[in-house]
Amino acid sequence: MSVLVYIENWDGKFKKISFELASYASSLAASLNVPAVALSLGKVDNSELSKLSVYGISRILNNPDERFNALDNQAIAKAVAQAAQTTGATCVVLAHNNLGKAIAPRLAVKLKAGLVSAVNGLPVSTEPFVVKKMLFTGKAFGHIEMLSAVKVLTLSSNSFGLAEKQVTASVEFFDPEMVDADFHIQIKQTNKVTGKVLLSDADIVVSGGRGMKAAENWAPLEELAALLGAGTACSRPVSDEGWRPHSEHVGQTGKIIAPNLYFAFGISGAIQHLGGVSSSKVIVAVNKDPDAPIFEAADYGIVGDVAKVLPQFIEAVKEIKS
Amino acid sequence: MKILVLIGNVPDTTTKIKFNADKTAFDANGVQWIINPWDELALTRAMELKEAPGSTVETIVVANVGRSETEGTLRKALAIGADKAIRVDADPLDAAYVATQLARFAGEFDLVFAGIEASDYNGNAVGGMLAEMLGINSVSAVSGLNIEGSQVLVNREIDGGSQTLGVSLPLLAIVQKGIAKEPRIPAMRGIMMARTKPLEVLQPVDAQPLTAIRTFEMPQPKAACRKIGEDQAKELIYLLRDEAKVL
Repeated sequence: MSVLVYIENWDGKFKKISFELASYASSLAASLNVPAVALSLGKVDNSELSKLSVYGISRILNNPDERFNALDNQAIAKAVAQAAQTTGATCVVLAHNNLGKAIAPRLAVKLKAGLVSAVNGLPVSTEPFVVKKMLFTGKAFGHIEMLSAVKVLTLSSNSFGLAEKQVTASVEFFDPEMVDADFHIQIKQTNKVTGKVLLSDADIVVSGGRGMKAAENWAPLEELAALLGAGTACSRPVSDEGWRPHSEHVGQTGKIIAPNLYFAFGISGAIQHLGGVSSSKVIVAVNKDPDAPIFEAADYGIVGDVAKVLPQFIEAVKEIKS
Repeated sequence: MKILVLIGNVPDTTTKIKFNADKTAFDANGVQWIINPWDELALTRAMELKEAPGSTVETIVVANVGRSETEGTLRKALAIGADKAIRVDADPLDAAYVATQLARFAGEFDLVFAGIEASDYNGNAVGGMLAEMLGINSVSAVSGLNIEGSQVLVNREIDGGSQTLGVSLPLLAIVQKGIAKEPRIPAMRGIMMARTKPLEVLQPVDAQPLTAIRTFEMPQPKAACRKIGEDQAKELIYLLRDEAKVL
């Protein structure tokens, strides 16, 4: 028996989300009284792999096959399913990111497992096995009982945090049965975002809405984000107008994020937008309209002009960073 | 080529969510139902593919699992331009149950579109499960799709960028924003035509759900927002460091 966690890598390196997943899996394993096993696919050095032991992972399976780098959900689901069967996993945990979302449903079918995606913490109870997740894009939560013997979960990023628990770990070569026909996609082109903090990784997000008035007004917002090491986001009208790319749209039909700190500049706070950001730990709103619904969701607010407030924020951040 | 678009029937995105007294069931009183926003974009893209010059798309079928009250949503999909609708007459108990129902007929299609999630239960599951049940290719987080012979060129978002892929048919594309620019609005002619288009009702096959929602919970109410004057904006940054401790 085990809890198996699939840990993705980025050019051979793990990220905070990887260690959050490891922390979650080892806490879940402890509550079920079974070991926590991690699976890593693609080339990752032993020194990187063993970092998972800091977060309570006692057994680390690795296969360096470069074909996994194509992020083919069918191939990865097949390998994870084999690891789950080999280790007798009763729970398999994945990240609730693009790759995890693609693998989890295929994996669940292979393992005849129930799937709950975007859980935001440890199970409410393990017998019966009940987990909590956000529903209606943040407008409610549900307690969901998983009825199958094997369970597949995806974990919302920044919902559990890091929990250090150093253990001794073994790193083992894992050899799933894979043939060329298991790899179905052919990559024509990859565009990597460089020099920017990804929204899914960001502890702080700086976001702008229609109140920013035009695409060319984003410079101070980007400067603030750069100073804070923050990701940049926007509301739906902004991406619809083409002021910012769709990948920055947060809200009901865009991305759902839960950073420690969310800045909303010139965002009125339509219910669809709030759904995408309401799990943020602290929300700061700046808006001209004192009645804007964003102030209902915000912890701190300034009724005022973003063009006047942003330079003051930038100055203050420079002061505290120096 | 035949295209299937999966249609979720969800509360309008502005709905104030309510539950019954013991918080075990969603209160559908007064709720307006719509096509799940991502499914609406998928249908729009399917229509664009069918209308493209030299298109090989012959037919677009929409399908859902739901009771008769969801037919309004399917009729709307027909009004947008789908040729036929299929409704499996059952409560959509969970994603595995829904995918099992759809797997009975989805194998007849070359290209299946699913939305990346439903805006009610935010499951991210039916599309991928259906692809696995059918044993066909799937690509997720798709924001662009073009057919080139027997291959499909797909743009997808990855964690850290985007990619263009070539994948062979049959394919299940799990789509997100960007797949079509704006959802198509039914025209009066489409609405009239939708009344006479076929809507087939199938009885469900035996299947067991693997998950069940036991109770619902509303989010904790937030403490009142602390307001700072526009001229004291700098002070707010210090509060974030010293009081909220997030900087």
